[in-house]
Amino acid sequence: MLVYILKRLIAGVITVWFIATATFIAMHQVPGDPLMNDKAVSPEIRANLEEKYGLNKPVTEQYFIYIGNMLRGDFGISFTQQNRQVNDIIRDHFPVSATLGLLAVLFAAAGGILWGALTAIYRNRLPDIIIMFLVILGISVPSFVFAALGQLTLVNLNSLVGRSIIPVAGWGSIWHMLMPSLVLGLGTMALLTRLMRSSMLEVINEDYIRTARAKGLSTTRIFFKHQLRNAILPVVTVLGPQIAAITTGGFVVELVFAIPGLGRYFVQAVQQLDYTVIMGTTVFYGAFLVMMVILVDIVYGFIDPRVRLS
Amino acid sequence: MTDSTTNSLALYQPVSGDFAPAIREESVEQISRPSLSYWQDAWLRLKKNTRAIVSLVIILLLAVFTLIGPLVWRVDPALQDLNQVSQSPSLPKTATLTEPMSSWQGVRVKIDPGAPDAYPEDFSDRAGFRLADDDPTTQRVRLIWEPVEGVRGYNIYRNNRLPDGFNDLGLPLGSTFANEVSYEDRLSLEAREYYYAVVPTDGFDEYETFAQLKVTPTLTLTLEEALERDLISAADNLKPGDQVTLRFHPLGTDYLGRDMLARLMEGASVSLFIGIFAPLLFVLGGIIYGGIAGYIGGQLDVLLMRFADFVVALPFLLFMILFKIAFGIGPGESGILPMLIALILLGWPATARLVRGQVLQIREKGYIEAASLLGARNYYLIFRHIIPNTMGVILVTLTFSVPAAIFTEAFLSFIGMGVAPPTPSWGSMCNEGVKTMLSHPHELIFPAMFISVTVLAFNLLGDGLAEALDSKMRARE
Repeated sequence: MLVYILKRLIAGVITVWFIATATFIAMHQVPGDPLMNDKAVSPEIRANLEEKYGLNKPVTEQYFIYIGNMLRGDFGISFTQQNRQVNDIIRDHFPVSATLGLLAVLFAAAGGILWGALTAIYRNRLPDIIIMFLVILGISVPSFVFAALGQLTLVNLNSLVGRSIIPVAGWGSIWHMLMPSLVLGLGTMALLTRLMRSSMLEVINEDYIRTARAKGLSTTRIFFKHQLRNAILPVVTVLGPQIAAITTGGFVVELVFAIPGLGRYFVQAVQQLDYTVIMGTTVFYGAFLVMMVILVDIVYGFIDPRVRLS
Repeated sequence: MTDSTTNSLALYQPVSGDFAPAIREESVEQISRPSLSYWQDAWLRLKKNTRAIVSLVIILLLAVFTLIGPLVWRVDPALQDLNQVSQSPSLPKTATLTEPMSSWQGVRVKIDPGAPDAYPEDFSDRAGFRLADDDPTTQRVRLIWEPVEGVRGYNIYRNNRLPDGFNDLGLPLGSTFANEVSYEDRLSLEAREYYYAVVPTDGFDEYETFAQLKVTPTLTLTLEEALERDLISAADNLKPGDQVTLRFHPLGTDYLGRDMLARLMEGASVSLFIGIFAPLLFVLGGIIYGGIAGYIGGQLDVLLMRFADFVVALPFLLFMILFKIAFGIGPGESGILPMLIALILLGWPATARLVRGQVLQIREKGYIEAASLLGARNYYLIFRHIIPNTMGVILVTLTFSVPAAIFTEAFLSFIGMGVAPPTPSWGSMCNEGVKTMLSHPHELIFPAMFISVTVLAFNLLGDGLAEALDSKMRARE
């Protein structure tokens, strides 16, 4: 197991380096220049600014400085927000995105497993048909439509009650988080429901289920101990990539619900061509996602011994 | 054997008729059912899947909508119909021509502001809130009311629905001083019901009483405007009071008065172009890449696949945005090409992995060995045997890639990182529509519906294809 974890970690480090390099190359292809729309009109100021940000050095040197700084965990200073370190921006705003993402993943996983198991048990009966219809809807409707509808629901709910019980936008209390995480998790939940359903359908007809039933175990015990536990495995495997999808998918939800998450800052930085913020955020997100995938794989290794051996 | 058979055997008397030449009545070798190729068989099974066929029909209808629609509905999607901004779907409308706009003096009174303590207990009865003339039009609504002694001014509000108490008077239009007891509203009026309210103030704060009035302006247009906007020609010789037919917008207009139907058609061509061509190209790239890796194998395979793994690990949406700005949008460009390139650069590894896995499997099959023993060359093996046998899986991937690409395009356009305005795509139309969601929901609903239906159709078709092409499920009847 240790060897397995170590191998995955080394591969992860190389992947992060690849992401950093790809980000660097992409950013240096961007036409235009971050100092263009600023006060850098006179050549002297411009030269000073270039000196400050190291833009006058050859590209290879810039690359090594960039990689070196990153190894020390320093992403540099923002170009547009005066005296603000990229690290500070990440520190301030990533926890918000992470909280939102975590809630969404929890919600999606719990919902997906529950609905999936239910549909498999009630196969081709009314609950199955209704849930699968909703699942198809969840897969086909873009997240921003859900976000807009969610906000609309809150507006109507608040006006119905006569006061603001659940805030429509913003961030702070647990009430703020409720609707955005629900909206964010919806697509993934639909996907997981589908997956859980098909994996549950396979498990349901296995011999060991029949044996358990023949032994006289209760239906609930069979459901929790035998069916659910075995059917859950494929769901865990896709959870890693789905965490990635949810965290970056949070952009839209953050925009619509006015949440001060990292995604919103990334979009803003792209619009302003803030080199350091764009590169820092991308590499940070990339590293985070790689870590998540490795984490899920390790957890999977613990759950399913077959993975470790292969 | 029972006794009776032994008995009958003993009694058996052979006759010559029992000895006839044996005739093979039916060839055992004969194939009793028509032979079906892989694709014919898959098509037969797909035809039985109602959902997949309905989806296929929807996709064909979308193609007709996109390709033939603009030929039938010849409306410029960029044309702004300023008479009908943010209009809901409706039948053609007519408007009345009016005289050019004239200025209005309003009603002024000489009034002595009384003592501030003269509190207008109930203003609504004494206000005499009414229209100055009998024809409120979308050009202007003129309101007058009776002066109230003691107040220092009035605030005027407009609401789209019946106000629900003092705190729900709607849009504040303006305020007047105590000596001015009239107001002319010219703020983007539409031909619909409005509830006006006038609230007396002490110069700063409002008294908690108001008078209200329901007004339904008629749709009008001045002669000059009609001429300017090509609704009538000077030769028509129309006079004020005549009716003129406005442009027809079956699905309404957006916030700039552009025809929704025409924009949806142009948006369809953008969204579907990206949604279909990007997957086509990256699936093709994936086939070549994965095919090479899988067929050649060895060190090269390891190297190629490691690289594909790295590309998969890139945070997809962040890199979509990065690549999109890296390939640049100059002024006046639509940004379709950068998005296409970005999608291709990030999309191919999934197909490459899949094709490689398939190739590795097929390579070991007996018929490949047989063919190569018969002297088939590499390229023959690849193009004749291996690729056709992976086509089923590839087709399914392709079908599922289309909705994913459409989603990505819509998502990026929604956060303002996609197709640049004024080029419409369904995503950017949603982005614009979401801002007016509460007052004009149709601007969001139509593009969102098109995205959802398209994605749904491709997903269901993909499901159907996956089932139909699964050779384990070959038709048995």
